[in-house]
Amino acid sequence: MKHFLAHPDRLAGLLFVLFGAGFAIGAGAYDMGTAAQMGPGFYPRLLGGLLVLLGIAIFVTAQGKDAPGIAGRLPWRALLAVCAGVAVFGLSLECLGLFIASVLLVGVSSLGQPGRRWGEVALSALVLALLACAVFAWGLKLPLPVWPKFG
Amino acid sequence: MDLLNHLALGFQTALSLHNLLYCFIGVLLGTAVGVLPGLGPLSTIAMLLPMTYALSPVSALIMLAGIYYGAQYGGSITAILVNMPGESSSVVTCLDGYQMARRGRAGAALAISALGSFFAGSVATVIIAGFAAPLTDLATRFGSAEYVALMVLGLVGAVVLAHGSLLKALAMIVLGLLLGVVGTDVNSGTARFSFDVPELMDGFNFVVVAMGLFAFAEIIRNLEQAEAGQTVLQKVGSLWPTRAELREAFPAVLRGTCLGSLLGVLPGGGAVMSSFASYSLEKKVSRHPEAFGKGAICGVAGPESANNAGAQTSFIPMLTLGIPPNPVMALMVGAMTIHSIQPGPQVMSANPELFWGLIASMWVGNGMLLVLNLPLIGVWIRMLSLPYRLLYPAILLCCVIGVYGMQNNVFDVMLILPFALLGYLFHRLGCEPAPLLLGFILGPMLEENLRRALRLSRGDPTVFLTRPISLVLLLIAAGLLLAVLLPKVRDRREQVFVEDD
Repeated sequence: MKHFLAHPDRLAGLLFVLFGAGFAIGAGAYDMGTAAQMGPGFYPRLLGGLLVLLGIAIFVTAQGKDAPGIAGRLPWRALLAVCAGVAVFGLSLECLGLFIASVLLVGVSSLGQPGRRWGEVALSALVLALLACAVFAWGLKLPLPVWPKFG
Repeated sequence: MDLLNHLALGFQTALSLHNLLYCFIGVLLGTAVGVLPGLGPLSTIAMLLPMTYALSPVSALIMLAGIYYGAQYGGSITAILVNMPGESSSVVTCLDGYQMARRGRAGAALAISALGSFFAGSVATVIIAGFAAPLTDLATRFGSAEYVALMVLGLVGAVVLAHGSLLKALAMIVLGLLLGVVGTDVNSGTARFSFDVPELMDGFNFVVVAMGLFAFAEIIRNLEQAEAGQTVLQKVGSLWPTRAELREAFPAVLRGTCLGSLLGVLPGGGAVMSSFASYSLEKKVSRHPEAFGKGAICGVAGPESANNAGAQTSFIPMLTLGIPPNPVMALMVGAMTIHSIQPGPQVMSANPELFWGLIASMWVGNGMLLVLNLPLIGVWIRMLSLPYRLLYPAILLCCVIGVYGMQNNVFDVMLILPFALLGYLFHRLGCEPAPLLLGFILGPMLEENLRRALRLSRGDPTVFLTRPISLVLLLIAAGLLLAVLLPKVRDRREQVFVEDD
């Protein structure tokens, strides 16, 4: 069973069915209307249904036991480091300012590869943070807080 | 004579000092970022988009267009020197370009691809200028039913010309259309699928979707393939092609230009399709097909000209009909909406200096590419040797600042995360994200026109079949879909893309 579902086509089909069903069912909350006077629910329900059908077709036509593609581990390290870096940036930007948020982003996302050198990471974090402030905040004058807000 | 007046207006705009400057900055930055391995034009544009927020719409679009062809040329440099395609459109350049480089003719390959691109770009610009007005005329006569049919054709075309599973590409389109539904419904004011989150009232931001699915998913993928020692060929050799090489390359450039200009206009066409098609054509007409893959100069000249011509003419449907034929143009549509310009036939009459200025700037930009790139080859080679571990945090930083800067909104930054994960998942499942992005951009337009067409016909769906233009467009779409199912065409289609591996 595990192997059966591990086929990339079957998984993809399943994913599309889930998405389609989600949209089609969710669209039930909105007025359907008629073809001549479509309500806000008509179009998403139509497409959701179509996506479910396509998902089923992909699932059914999957050939072979399992293909490579999905085999192999997920790159947890890269996934976590990139996502955590972005999240830390988002959380810190408005209270700590662009400079610190940039340093944090570079520092955290650098964990994504094994064998980093801390000196190099620290230096590139500082340089990139400075560059970011210079280009975006001072040069292009985007309204970004650069330094932490106090009080 | 109208055309000349229009072009004069265009050149007046494009040659103004600050627009020249932005065009220059665009081409320079585009090449610099496009050279970096693993960054295609789409990610490059998405990443550099924030640089244009503060500019006037004309300058912003001119700079973005500059970034686009800069990125494209940057990709060719990487393909020739490192044998690493930045994006699928330079995959074929790797085949013979890298072999030329190994034989010490890297300089000639780079020069030929720059010259070919310039020639193709110039021709394509003239084509755009010539076709823009008549097509716009046609477009203003389109009703809602025709627009629906046209969009269906565009989306189907994108599926047919994309490689990989047809069903998956169709599903990706529908998913993209559905993601486009999120937000406030313009007709009734109902907020759909926004889960009472105020930031979702306006729907997903397209830059967030594009960055997550493309740039971020790409970074995760690159990190996955642990840093393989890449060998940058430092020896470029003489920049000037020999006379024999030129004589051999010129017809290939001509053929590539014609092919690319044609394929660029087609829905789903553009740079990628053009370069693949041109490579097969060159191989077929060549008297020495066995030389291909071993450093044939035609194998560089043809595809490089074709992809530039295709990249250029794919602006035609976007500018005149408001319908992007490929994901890069979808991004351009998004960029135009940021500057509150609704792409479509009305742009030409409402913003003539934007329209013609952009067209004229394409020619200027291609010229800049030529003068800029050959002397700077040394700098690009230096950039190529930067290790990825230093690069990707910088790319991430640029992206998140850009997303935040759009609306000063932390929510958008966080929203990248689910799209990045989704993008990586799609990669693992063998689903290409490009059709999704097209669907996402066209979604609201499709719904709007579908509803209007059916309202006018009092709910009668045969309206799409009784109006002649709409019928023809839908028949072409159906024909395309059927054609792919034919075994002969299917084999052929797979063949065109096997060179991918």
